[in-house]
Amino acid sequence: MSSKEKGWKEISPAGVCSKSSMTYLTGDWKTFHPERDINKCTKCLLCTLFCPDGAIKWNKEKGDIEFDLNFCKGCGICANECPTKAIEMKI
Amino acid sequence: MKGVVKQETVGLNGDEAVAYAVKQADVDVVAAYPITPQTIIVEKFSEYVANGEVDTEYVCTESEHSAMAACLSASATGARVFTASASAGLALMHEMLFVTSGCRAPVVMAIANRAYSAPLNIHGDHSDTMAQRDSGWIQIYAENAQEVYDSILQAFRIGEHLDVQLPVIIGLDGFTLSHTLESVRVLVGEDVKSFVGTRKLPTVLSHEGKTVPYRLDPENPVTMGPIALQNFYFEFKRQQEEAMQNASRVIQEVHDEYARLSGRSYGDGLIEKYMLEDAEVATVCLGSTAGTVKTVVDELREKGVKAGLLRIRTFRPFPAGEIAKALSKAKAVAVMDRSMSFGGKGGAVFHETRHALYDLQSHPFVVNYVYGLGGRDTSPSQICRIYEDLQKIVQTRHVDENVKYVGLRE
Amino acid sequence: MEKVSFAEGKFTAKDVVEKPELFLSGHRACAGCAPATVLRLIMKAVRGPTIVTNATGCMEVASTIYPYTSWALPWLHTAFETAGSNASGIEAALKVLRRKGKIKDEQVDVIAIAGDGGTYDIGIQALSGAVERGHDFLYVLYDNEAYMNTGIQRSGGTPYGASTTTSQAGSVVPGKLQQKKPIADIMVAHDMPYVATGSVYYWKDLITKVRRGIEVDGPAFLHVFAPCQRGWRSDPAKSIELSRLAVETCVFPLWEAVNGEYQLSVPSRVFALAPQKKKPVTEYLQGQGRFRHLFAPKYEKMLEEIQQQTDRKWLKLLKKCGVAQSERKS
Repeated sequence: MSSKEKGWKEISPAGVCSKSSMTYLTGDWKTFHPERDINKCTKCLLCTLFCPDGAIKWNKEKGDIEFDLNFCKGCGICANECPTKAIEMKI
Repeated sequence: MKGVVKQETVGLNGDEAVAYAVKQADVDVVAAYPITPQTIIVEKFSEYVANGEVDTEYVCTESEHSAMAACLSASATGARVFTASASAGLALMHEMLFVTSGCRAPVVMAIANRAYSAPLNIHGDHSDTMAQRDSGWIQIYAENAQEVYDSILQAFRIGEHLDVQLPVIIGLDGFTLSHTLESVRVLVGEDVKSFVGTRKLPTVLSHEGKTVPYRLDPENPVTMGPIALQNFYFEFKRQQEEAMQNASRVIQEVHDEYARLSGRSYGDGLIEKYMLEDAEVATVCLGSTAGTVKTVVDELREKGVKAGLLRIRTFRPFPAGEIAKALSKAKAVAVMDRSMSFGGKGGAVFHETRHALYDLQSHPFVVNYVYGLGGRDTSPSQICRIYEDLQKIVQTRHVDENVKYVGLRE
Repeated sequence: MEKVSFAEGKFTAKDVVEKPELFLSGHRACAGCAPATVLRLIMKAVRGPTIVTNATGCMEVASTIYPYTSWALPWLHTAFETAGSNASGIEAALKVLRRKGKIKDEQVDVIAIAGDGGTYDIGIQALSGAVERGHDFLYVLYDNEAYMNTGIQRSGGTPYGASTTTSQAGSVVPGKLQQKKPIADIMVAHDMPYVATGSVYYWKDLITKVRRGIEVDGPAFLHVFAPCQRGWRSDPAKSIELSRLAVETCVFPLWEAVNGEYQLSVPSRVFALAPQKKKPVTEYLQGQGRFRHLFAPKYEKMLEEIQQQTDRKWLKLLKKCGVAQSERKS
């Protein structure tokens, strides 16, 4: 976000968004981050469904979930909803 | 090169002329709400839809605010869009007018100029559109039903021009023009189709990094109408101003092209000069009253008075340069305002005309006459008295009052 | 293997997570924002080419701060009141452009998304008009029960007793004194093809209903319960849990009305058949700072009132759904 912004002649008119939010890493908002005990995880995918930020992804090839800490805001929903308490929020 | 094309004569009032032009312009979506004196436009259009004379999605929205939102959204989806309103309806859309111009949607809207409440008044004056002059819409005022018809067709070309991409208002005086029958010459068949053409979309850079047409298209998704914070908002507004400045040129080009086709022109498209070349006393006027003024000017000329008229056809973008040039040799000018800016020491047209003349080495006396509010008729003799006042000012080189009222019972 | 059908509720979590994300990460919603989860799940229910229009509000602002956007599909925002009117314009344009051969001849679904601000109050006119005109679109209301984006001010959707910044709980007034407007019932009274309520915890029920709403020919309305940790002053980790408690206490029952016929949804049917499982409202209210004042002795009576109102509304709904309430075991 530190590069010089474009002038009025260069930006596309009418304010059409020109960047995906995937380039804006909200992960630095977090205080806590999730840590998973893989032995308790049943891959029910509830955490993947409930994460407001889509920061937990299902990797089909690996057949497992992945936490994307670039976008995790540390809300703790995943830990709270996990039916086997496999996730713990840590500083 | 083609000359003036064959045309037909149809008896139409101003509102019907609007509907007729819209019928011919291959409009995709009309989203509108009825309000006097625009009701004939929406009713006539409903008749066309009911009889299959147009292929248009006609949406009877539940308010003008929703009408403008629906128009903007339909335009954003790539459709050619039209609507009409007046007075309170235009006021109700106020928020959306800014959003529409900010989104650079070339919506065309006919406004049957009518007074604002309170008290309630359904008759003609320019309060409604004057109050929206900051909204980023192009504003063109017609003098008669013929010009209304011609201007609506031109409006689509002006707004959709790639250098402009702005919404356009065509103003016609409530009742005086909207409800008065005139002989109107209309284009026919292929001529009008090829003049209005089809809408071409500008391209934008999307968040996928692609340059895509500016419309809501699942194959090339774009995000329209974001929040722009302090670091970006200003630039978008500057772009709109640039588009307005481009519009001056485009309005003239489209006007000239149409003039070649139809044989009808209105000055240069921005202003119309009537006996102004050597005029010593002149009025500046918009809309149908200019027609009355022309009659008075003719009479005064016969009596040897060097009278003239400057009719402003395009009020936004304000043709300051053209006006300054046209009035530079006059000695006294009366600017007629059919609206008021309370507390503003004169009306909008007065302010902007004076401003246009300010930078001249020498400029005429400029005074303001507020007239015709709430549909009050202005007679030729009242206009004659304005010219007499101007002559007095020229003689005495003195202005007693800057702002006067025509036909007001004191 | 049974065929995956979103509209019939025949799908698994895996089927859902394997669909592409259309509401992307990197949006600026608060940590623990349930509306953000709602949007992610709604986008999973999309069936083909889709255009979304959003009213002004938290989700609109958080997802489109220029130049960034979290929307991977065509998206339009115009103003606060206009979710319904935008959808009308888009739908009309698609119809005519397709008919005139100016765009591809294919079905494009239109989804309007708005918060309780843009739906109950300032947006109700446009919504009602769009439904009356019968436009083919789905309207999703994500209800966090106040004008959250502008600072947690009360809306027509704020429940009785809640403290918001414009219905503050103080020493004399105990929060909002008016009832929550029954917006979904109002929409049923429009005689529209499909109305449903959803709550984010019940993700399968929610996604099924979104898909049903999309597939319906004509207007559909979906009222989704979406807790806001910031405005409700609740634990960010418990936003989804609160959406479950709301259903378990029957504060926010789940149902569908197909052509005006009410049908209780499975997650709520449990409490009709086994009323002893219905939790007391206090279990739902206690985790929220906006109701904390109700637990003081001065306003305790309001807790009783809320329980009675909840029970009354619940029984009324059961009647509409044609479900007999089994006798409560004392």
